[in-house]
Amino acid sequence: MEIIQLLLDGFLIAFEPLNLGLVVVGVTVGLFIGAMPGLGSVNGVAILLPLTFLVPPTSAIIFLAAIYYGAMYGGAISSIMLGIPGASTAVATTFDGRPLALKGMADKALIAAAVASFFGGTISIILFTGFAPALASVALDFGDQEIFALMLLAFATFVGLGGDDIAKTIFSICIGLVFSAVGMDIISGTPRLVFFDIIGFLHGINFLVLAIGVYGIGEMLWTIDSTRGNPSMSKVEVSTKRTISHLKEVLKEWKPAWIGSLLGFFVGILPAAGATPGSLMAYGISKMTSKNPDGYGKGEVGGVIAPEAANNSASTGAMLPMLTLGIPGSPTTAILLGGMVIWGLVPGPMMFIEQSDFVWGLTASLYAANFFAVIINILFIPVFLWVLKMPFTILAPIIFVLCLVGGYAPTEDMHDVWLMVIFGFGAYLLRKLDYPLAPAVLAIVLGPIAEPALRQSLIISGGDATVFFTRPIAGPITMIAIVLLLLPLVQVFRKKRKQAKDAEA
Amino acid sequence: MRRAELVTAVLLAAFSIYLMWKSTELNVGWVEHEGPGGGAWPFWLAGMMLVCNIWTIVNWVRKTTPQSRSQDLFMDSYAIRMFLLVGGSVVGLVAMVHVIGVYGAVPIFMLFYLRVLGRHNWVPTLVISGIAPVVIFFFFDVAMRIVLPKGYLEPLFYPLYDIFL
Amino acid sequence: MKISRRCLMGLAVIAGLGLTVNASAQAFEPVKPVDFIIMAGKGGGADKMARLMQTIVEKHKMASKPLIPINKPGGSGAEALVHVQNAKDQDHTIMVTLNSFYTTPMRQPGLGVDSLKFAPVARMAEDTFLLWVHKDSGLTTFEQWVDHVKSVGNQWVMGGTGKLQEDQLITDFLNANFDLKMKYVPYKGGGTVAKQVAGKHINSSVNNPSEIEGFYNAGVAIPLVAFTKERLDKFPNAPTMTEKGQDFAYYMQRSVVGAPGMSADAQAYYTSLFKKVFDSKEWQDYRTSKSLYGDFLSGAELQAYWKVNNETHRKMLAKAGAS
Repeated sequence: MEIIQLLLDGFLIAFEPLNLGLVVVGVTVGLFIGAMPGLGSVNGVAILLPLTFLVPPTSAIIFLAAIYYGAMYGGAISSIMLGIPGASTAVATTFDGRPLALKGMADKALIAAAVASFFGGTISIILFTGFAPALASVALDFGDQEIFALMLLAFATFVGLGGDDIAKTIFSICIGLVFSAVGMDIISGTPRLVFFDIIGFLHGINFLVLAIGVYGIGEMLWTIDSTRGNPSMSKVEVSTKRTISHLKEVLKEWKPAWIGSLLGFFVGILPAAGATPGSLMAYGISKMTSKNPDGYGKGEVGGVIAPEAANNSASTGAMLPMLTLGIPGSPTTAILLGGMVIWGLVPGPMMFIEQSDFVWGLTASLYAANFFAVIINILFIPVFLWVLKMPFTILAPIIFVLCLVGGYAPTEDMHDVWLMVIFGFGAYLLRKLDYPLAPAVLAIVLGPIAEPALRQSLIISGGDATVFFTRPIAGPITMIAIVLLLLPLVQVFRKKRKQAKDAEA
Repeated sequence: MRRAELVTAVLLAAFSIYLMWKSTELNVGWVEHEGPGGGAWPFWLAGMMLVCNIWTIVNWVRKTTPQSRSQDLFMDSYAIRMFLLVGGSVVGLVAMVHVIGVYGAVPIFMLFYLRVLGRHNWVPTLVISGIAPVVIFFFFDVAMRIVLPKGYLEPLFYPLYDIFL
Repeated sequence: MKISRRCLMGLAVIAGLGLTVNASAQAFEPVKPVDFIIMAGKGGGADKMARLMQTIVEKHKMASKPLIPINKPGGSGAEALVHVQNAKDQDHTIMVTLNSFYTTPMRQPGLGVDSLKFAPVARMAEDTFLLWVHKDSGLTTFEQWVDHVKSVGNQWVMGGTGKLQEDQLITDFLNANFDLKMKYVPYKGGGTVAKQVAGKHINSSVNNPSEIEGFYNAGVAIPLVAFTKERLDKFPNAPTMTEKGQDFAYYMQRSVVGAPGMSADAQAYYTSLFKKVFDSKEWQDYRTSKSLYGDFLSGAELQAYWKVNNETHRKMLAKAGAS
């Protein structure tokens, strides 16, 4: 087993004192960066990139990978504690993480997130270790047609996430997709939907602006209104016994963990897709296959496990095309790639042969980073819970300030902060009328991937839309997506027919 | 609630029409051998938004949704007061950033919120309002190298830049 | 005694001159972190290069205040151009530019941006373009390629970054001068384009070497022709366009510009800063390994270079628009 030998060599590199120290520091720093609303692994890795010139390249990438991992763990923290997804990868975690926290089960949700992240991370690194070069070629086979089919599938899996009002759910999806089109149309090379010629719309509407607006400002206003300014957040007392019993319950949920890990990894290795669609699909499929699908969205622990396992798994998966093909699978790996270029490493198919020290050192340190991340994360849980114990009138202004800086940080543009405030107010008012807003947030993430892929495919095929059905990989994916899309409609009609029958009877 | 449901649906329908109109700046049709034009995606999706709004209005007329039957107030006096106070203070916070920057606006916002809305004592109010900007400065400006806007207070920060950056 | 005093005086004068020279060179020092605007998104070619420059500055402690990279990719750089043009603090705002520096103001006249008004700081490099195909295409020479593409008509798909930007201008040139009917598909970034070639989703590309080098090293992507004046050291087998009878060379500038209205002192400061970056071993290594062209240019020379290129692009765009 040559791979095992190489991996053992890698562990020798990963366990050098310097590298091990960097892993621990990186994971901790990443955890906090990820826990800030508005800052995710992209920011962490981009900002700390220049600091890594102090150490040799292998140590540097180990450090950055540790930050990446830590931030993926940390993203769940703000999703659960504040209900604000810190990054697009953690949106799905809010669906059940937030309700759990409101029920006084924040610690359970945090433990579930940590354990699921560890599980997803580990599974994906094992797959990575065993099959890296083989899987790289799968990534290459994914052209625009396949990416579009995949996006269709992603939409299909979460079509059931909206509320009971179908009109409002579809409205929400559409408005998200329209907002995602704001800015530059890369195919025609012309700006579009630049409202009132405000220059800030040229960079489009950042996902985080909508997410922080909806889940930060909108959610706070809603909470103040619905609880009359005095929310009774159930207090959580941490004890070892409680933690262990949570841990036992979480470990029973193996199905969402597997769904998340495998789906996340395979979606993660596809270029352009990344961790966000992976985590959404994992959530949707885990809901569909669950024995208790109605509990999802109301605080089902599986709804935290599936997306968290998926996003960590996908973040490892995204490194695969980066290392083997030199193609980043996610924005964060794009920056990592930039780092490798700075250090004079050439990612690509030759890398596993020419720089095997580097590759295996990195792989081994991913195991280590994952291990330390779960431990550090669980150790910090009491600290995070302490935050929840603050009186609401102290927590609220702090969250508003976090929204302000979190909205500013990604683009460093006050335009986005104003937009976020407007979205927040709008979200609050719409929510009072029961408009579901999660579909809009998801749509704004997937729209910019789906639309260009659709149009690029059609240009290549000369306007022939059948390519989505006839290509060997895209075809089956499209068919599954269509079936999944039609399923809820069939259910609705069945229900109606049943009601009609009942009425007759 | 019933009236708000209708007003919102009509407003959103108007917004959808605006989006559709705005999309027509680009080609919204099908380009031969190329597929949809640059405006097609937002145009037709905004069209679907419009359809959904009309659907909601139909539901309203037929009273099939809970909101269209509800006789509750959309916003009672408490909700309106809190929305104006809290929403207004957030708008004030963002507006102040343009003038006196994050480090001027945040303490003022915190003071107002904690003291006036939260009715906390002066001691915790002052402590939290004082600590918040310091923490933000070290996390964002120093550690993360995201230089937050400082407005007209920028010169006050030159010595700090010399020391920490 | 007298002589030595005179000598001393002379020395003092020289020393004084030296000091004043020094003092004028140091007349400007940033008092706050410098906004380092990047006209492209995170992870792209321009972004990588900007972050490399920032890293070199920090590594060798070349500047007293850090450069803060800020990505403003909106509207093919339109957002960045407007932001820098309207910068309140001109002496602390610089930007990394590409060729969209010329084309974007021309394509979006409503912005009111005049490229030539920006303060020239430094041209750090010119990136090169080559024509790439997949090895399985069976094409090994440019002539074969031309014959084949002619025979398949508009079934040949060329991918590139953006619409009416660098890659499409080259594609238009090939279509016009070799009587081809290639279809052009715009993508968001050069890395994606390279991947599409390697995955055989498109037939060819005109990537920069840095974007596709991984696939080249693996033997998957093959360069057929270089759009440069001389053959590139790294790709000795790729003939130049000139050898193929067309006087055509096209480069992507990698320059640093200052906000319009930047003071002369500040401009001098940034020029000397980026000269140091240019001379650093890291930058020189990067230039060699990525087949970058172009010497260091600054001040009036850079301004003149822009003028020439601005006109070239105006003509190219006019042609592209007409077709």
